[in-house]
Amino acid sequence: MAGGPSREYNNRLIRWVEYRLPIFSAVEATIGRDMPTPKNLNYWWSLGSVLFLALIIQIATGIFLAMHYVPNGAMAFDSVEQIMRNVNYGWLLRYVHSNSASLFFAAVYIHILRGMYYGSYKAPRELLWIIGVVILVLMMATAFMGYVLPWGQMSFWAATVITNLFSAIPWVGESLTTWLWGGFAVDSPTLQRFFSLHYLLPFVILGVSLMHVWALHVHGSSNPVGISARSKQDTIPYHPYYTSKYMSVIGIALIILAFLVFYEPNFLAHADQFKPADPLQTPPNIVPEWYFLPFYAILRSIPDKLGGVIMFGGSIAILFLVPWLDTSRVRSARFRPTYRYFFWIFVLNVILLGWVGAQPPEGAALVIGRLATAYYFAHFLIVLPFVGWFERPRPLPESISKPVLKSGTPAAEAAE
Amino acid sequence: MATTAPDTGEGGTRRDFIFVAATSAAAVGAGLAVWPFVNSMNPSKDVLAEATLEVDLSPIEEGQRITVLWRKKPVFVDHRAPDKIAEAQNTALSDLKDPQADADRVQRPEWLVMIGICTHLGCIPQGQRVGERLGDFGGWFCPCHGSHYDTSGRIRKGPAPTNLEVPPYSFVNDTTIQLG
Repeated sequence: MAGGPSREYNNRLIRWVEYRLPIFSAVEATIGRDMPTPKNLNYWWSLGSVLFLALIIQIATGIFLAMHYVPNGAMAFDSVEQIMRNVNYGWLLRYVHSNSASLFFAAVYIHILRGMYYGSYKAPRELLWIIGVVILVLMMATAFMGYVLPWGQMSFWAATVITNLFSAIPWVGESLTTWLWGGFAVDSPTLQRFFSLHYLLPFVILGVSLMHVWALHVHGSSNPVGISARSKQDTIPYHPYYTSKYMSVIGIALIILAFLVFYEPNFLAHADQFKPADPLQTPPNIVPEWYFLPFYAILRSIPDKLGGVIMFGGSIAILFLVPWLDTSRVRSARFRPTYRYFFWIFVLNVILLGWVGAQPPEGAALVIGRLATAYYFAHFLIVLPFVGWFERPRPLPESISKPVLKSGTPAAEAAE
Repeated sequence: MATTAPDTGEGGTRRDFIFVAATSAAAVGAGLAVWPFVNSMNPSKDVLAEATLEVDLSPIEEGQRITVLWRKKPVFVDHRAPDKIAEAQNTALSDLKDPQADADRVQRPEWLVMIGICTHLGCIPQGQRVGERLGDFGGWFCPCHGSHYDTSGRIRKGPAPTNLEVPPYSFVNDTTIQLG
């Protein structure tokens, strides 16, 4: 957020404002239109723009949905049906809102896995990573509270199960859950405060995301080879090169979103969500939205209430420590022959946990869930530190442009 | 500034003291101001107004279980058959995760009254309706995370930490109880 004007503006109005409030240069210093960016960024680096798009879609559709929604236990379910049937384009706003939440999480998970594969969290980008994990936690809280608002059966029981996690805390658990509920069970007061917070948190996410981008632009993007840009030859301006690339990715993301919204709007929904909340009848198999399944599997695999809650929280909290758990000095898994395999095992293990999370907690699924939970933590606590010590990384290229420009004979020079 | 005490080098100056005192007062004030916000989220007076509920037991047949709603929580009333009572009474306390004798959980052995909320994460256990799973111990089974309760509502298997809670109640006469 630098101060003085860095460039001369042609537009007189912009010049007039800039002289009095240097907002244009401040924005440019943060968003970085001309920021030199490594020239070898692949498509895995484009999820950040999809995430910003998803956040804007969620805020925009959410503001208009809130104009019709009633956050009251007696009326919430009916008001959502009112949105679906009577409000002009209400169905579109709601289906975009619910499916875009899935897009949001799909993109954020790929974004996080990108960081894990290419070691994006390593010095000097530890704080950037930590801010990112904070955004993930905020997203999870927002998505959970949003899921409660339609006040269907899954809403009600998801709210019950998740708020009851806090009752596991010794001594204060009971009064803490009563405080969270505003009563002795999940009820209208709970719904109303969830609505208030669900409206607030996206703006908090927006603020923290700007911090994320700000921190990113201090040292710039990491890149697939994981060595820092050394010369001008290693970088290209962000605009128009990456803006155009990311626009194409945003186009693909919008096509996926449009397919879900217009053809399979309830593909990711649950049948029990079409029944109004009933405090006397728990659905036979409570499952969360797909993006929470791996964490839910971890919660259920521990046969102890407090233990399950600690592992559930720990499975996310451990991400904060990743920059220090990974002892390798080489960033990119491209040059880490051992870690590379462990990374993909980790990905498969998380998918397996997701499958377990959707199964009833008994029989083989329970056993698999326990093993997969153990491996999830072993990846962070054993694989990351020890592979870093024992692994012999492959030799790193001298510069970013070396591997890009084929075996040291720069193609650009050859062409000239 | 002539009245300011000279800095002795060891302790602080008067100005330091005023600074610390003012900051502390502001911090305490801010802390106190937070309380109304926090407390506004606690149950309101209408929620706290404890409702009592009378339940007529006379139409409940032996072996039948009914659910009533009290303070927005489901309460299980189980008219236990003699074999279920015997099963509950003959269980060794050493087999229990949350040891409690059946006699401590009932006022009259044939009537078991409990809050029907799983002590794990708050689901409603199955076993109240005909045909639902009773779990491995013939009592109740919570489908959410697989907790099994016995015929006295005690946790026997699964993640729940404690037995199903017994609410405060009293017998008004032989066929009526009052909850709360």
